[in-house]
Amino acid sequence: MDEAVIINSALFYDRLQFAVTATFHYLFPQLTMGLAALILYLKSRAYWFRDVHYDQAAHFWTKIFALSFAFGVVTGIPLEFQFGMNWAKFSRFAGGVIGQTLAMEGLFAFFLESTFLGILLYGRKMFTPFVLWLTTLMLFIGSWLSGYFIIATNAWMQHPVAYVVDPDGSVHVTSLWGLLTNPWIVWQYAHTMTAAVVTGSFVMAAVGAYYLLSGIHVEAAKTFLKTGVVAGAITTSLMLFPTGHHAALQVFEHQPIKGAAFEGHFHTEAGADLVLMGQPNMDTLTIDNPLVLPKMLSFIIHKHFGAEIKGLTDFPRDEWPDTMPLLYYTYHIMVGLGTIFIPVMATALVLLLRGRLFEARWMLWTLMLFAPFPYIATTAGWMTAELGRQPWLVYGLLQTAEGNSPLVGSGNVLFTLLGYLGLYLLIGLLFLFLFFETVSRGPSGVGASGTSSWKAGLHEEGTYVAR
Amino acid sequence: MSLDELWFAIIALVFAVYAALDGFDFGVGALYLFVARTDEERRLVMKAIGPVWKGNEVWLVSGGGLLFLAFPKAFSAAFSGFYLALNLVLWCLIMRGLAIGLRSHLENPLWRSLWDAIFAVTGFLLALVFGVALGNLVRGVPLGPDGYFFAAFWTTFLPDDSPGILDWFTVLMGLLSVAILMVHGANYLATKTDGPVNIRARRFAEIGQWVVLLLGIAATAALPFVQPALWESYVAHPFGTVLPLIAASVLLTAWYGRRSGRNFMVFVSWSLFILVGLLSLAWGLFPNLLIATGDPAHSLTILNSAASPYGLQIGLVWFTVGMTLVIAYTTWVYTSFAGKVEQLPLEEHY
Repeated sequence: MDEAVIINSALFYDRLQFAVTATFHYLFPQLTMGLAALILYLKSRAYWFRDVHYDQAAHFWTKIFALSFAFGVVTGIPLEFQFGMNWAKFSRFAGGVIGQTLAMEGLFAFFLESTFLGILLYGRKMFTPFVLWLTTLMLFIGSWLSGYFIIATNAWMQHPVAYVVDPDGSVHVTSLWGLLTNPWIVWQYAHTMTAAVVTGSFVMAAVGAYYLLSGIHVEAAKTFLKTGVVAGAITTSLMLFPTGHHAALQVFEHQPIKGAAFEGHFHTEAGADLVLMGQPNMDTLTIDNPLVLPKMLSFIIHKHFGAEIKGLTDFPRDEWPDTMPLLYYTYHIMVGLGTIFIPVMATALVLLLRGRLFEARWMLWTLMLFAPFPYIATTAGWMTAELGRQPWLVYGLLQTAEGNSPLVGSGNVLFTLLGYLGLYLLIGLLFLFLFFETVSRGPSGVGASGTSSWKAGLHEEGTYVAR
Repeated sequence: MSLDELWFAIIALVFAVYAALDGFDFGVGALYLFVARTDEERRLVMKAIGPVWKGNEVWLVSGGGLLFLAFPKAFSAAFSGFYLALNLVLWCLIMRGLAIGLRSHLENPLWRSLWDAIFAVTGFLLALVFGVALGNLVRGVPLGPDGYFFAAFWTTFLPDDSPGILDWFTVLMGLLSVAILMVHGANYLATKTDGPVNIRARRFAEIGQWVVLLLGIAATAALPFVQPALWESYVAHPFGTVLPLIAASVLLTAWYGRRSGRNFMVFVSWSLFILVGLLSLAWGLFPNLLIATGDPAHSLTILNSAASPYGLQIGLVWFTVGMTLVIAYTTWVYTSFAGKVEQLPLEEHY
């Protein structure tokens, strides 16, 4: 198991580099995809109901969106390149299938996004309000389409469909439609995109809470809080049910080893307990200090308390994820945080509906301090999906150890890994600095300058943000 | 024309369009510190490429994706083989993107100077590395029997059987690329700006075009020695000679346009020069995707690297739809932001 992962091997560094670059990258698109949906709501409300507060809010969040987008774009390019650079054997094996979805992402999503981002960033004084509204719609479509193609690619690696194996060992797509409608996509996409809106909602609510607690930008803060809390209450619930529940069900159906591993379920039994906390003991194959809900695992998976759930020990040990204890933790962190998010947002929603949220300082503090946790939950979620797929790179078809580049040695991979670590530390700090700078500058007031009409407001606001 | 051949043409075209479009962004970067001296001038230059550079960069990502789709073997060989050079490209692209996006975020002069320098250095390096990469494709790479290679940055600096990424020929191609793209950037700025930036850019292009001619003649003269296959390919398919002829003639129209002060004509001619020049090389390399410096049987060609016919066919269907959309967006964004930057009510940064 653990001994099989040889530190200092090129494979180890290849895996670490992909993990580092993908994890770091995804901090940005989750916010942009989430905010894209929320900004579309704000902007639509501004445009169709001529509400200047919402336009101001949309404008502020577009700044954050643009910032996060810029970092997302630059950290995204290395990922596509790494398929070829570090995973050449995998690319040769699977290019005939996933080349389709990755190239489609470029043509259908990236061009759309970059074009309309150009309009959004530079054309605010040049285009009509309708075109600017359309721009937010197109950015929403573009970023969610991008997410779709990536999930379609990942879904194929989790659950390969619509392929044929060639005599030379490589796989080729047999139906593009089948690839794009892989049943695995449905719940994974729903779960991932809902999570992106959760991140967006928490960040929006947190900034609103910060302003309100500081007594600044009060009107804008209320709009942020309303939008963030309502969207957050809806999406945090959707994370658990139905999206999270069904994502877990399909794991137990198609990847039972992964399911048993992330639940920490070592031994096959009828009426399996659900482990809430505890540390997997890899020598005794039990959970130390267990805190469990009796028979709940059987009930969740099979709707029957006495149902049998296969444990890890029923499978050959070399098919277990070689990342077992970490996988167990990432899964529990994801589920644990996701479960805590629901009462937090639900309480805030109740307070909002009763008109008491804006005075409830303890709730505002809670919302403000919760902003980093959705990031941790989504990171843990992706780690669960990817660590759980091990030892397979393409589930059941290609092992991770068979996928990396044969001639790129460990010294060279470590060289670039160190480069990415340094670079990403730097630009991570840069993002935080600019994020807080933008937040502290605040949504400078359309309201303050006073606008006679809606249309005048739209054209005027270009002047006060110009620097 | 078979499917494999068509996909070779599509991929060559997408990469050539990438060079012609993002090429002027690199050129503008490499020139930046020289043609734009004050903060106001630099903001002007940033606005000139601001709305379009991101779209330009997507051509590279799409080209990579299409190569992955159509010729997975060549994609995996090239990307793993040029591992070090490509990581350098990525780090430069990351810093370039941040420089353009972040320089105007703060008023602080030190902040702006830092990003200005990063923008300039990365622009220069990217122009150089892409030229070197092209030189490597022309010269060939040390492919083994399993279809992989790993290129060190340098070995003997000679284009022999075990070459590094850098040798005298690829460095010559790199310098040629820097010169061509700097003139390209200058031409772009000449169409997009008025005033001092415009004057400096035109003066630069005036001199730069002769440097391009000199380096271009040297590189062209070296070609048949470094890669005889190129020559043989043209002898076998003489029809392709029309491509270098077009490249040479648009060079003349660029020269004429410059003399008669038609900035736009110069820019279009120079773009076509880059586009058709690259296609000329692609014609010469056809049907090779990666030429082996050792045993020619190890070369990756469209015949031994292509994906399945179904994949290529269905890819062609959606590529046609997608490319139509891309052309529509690109045309829209370029025409929307057409004209001199000074006269456009451009938002500088969100």
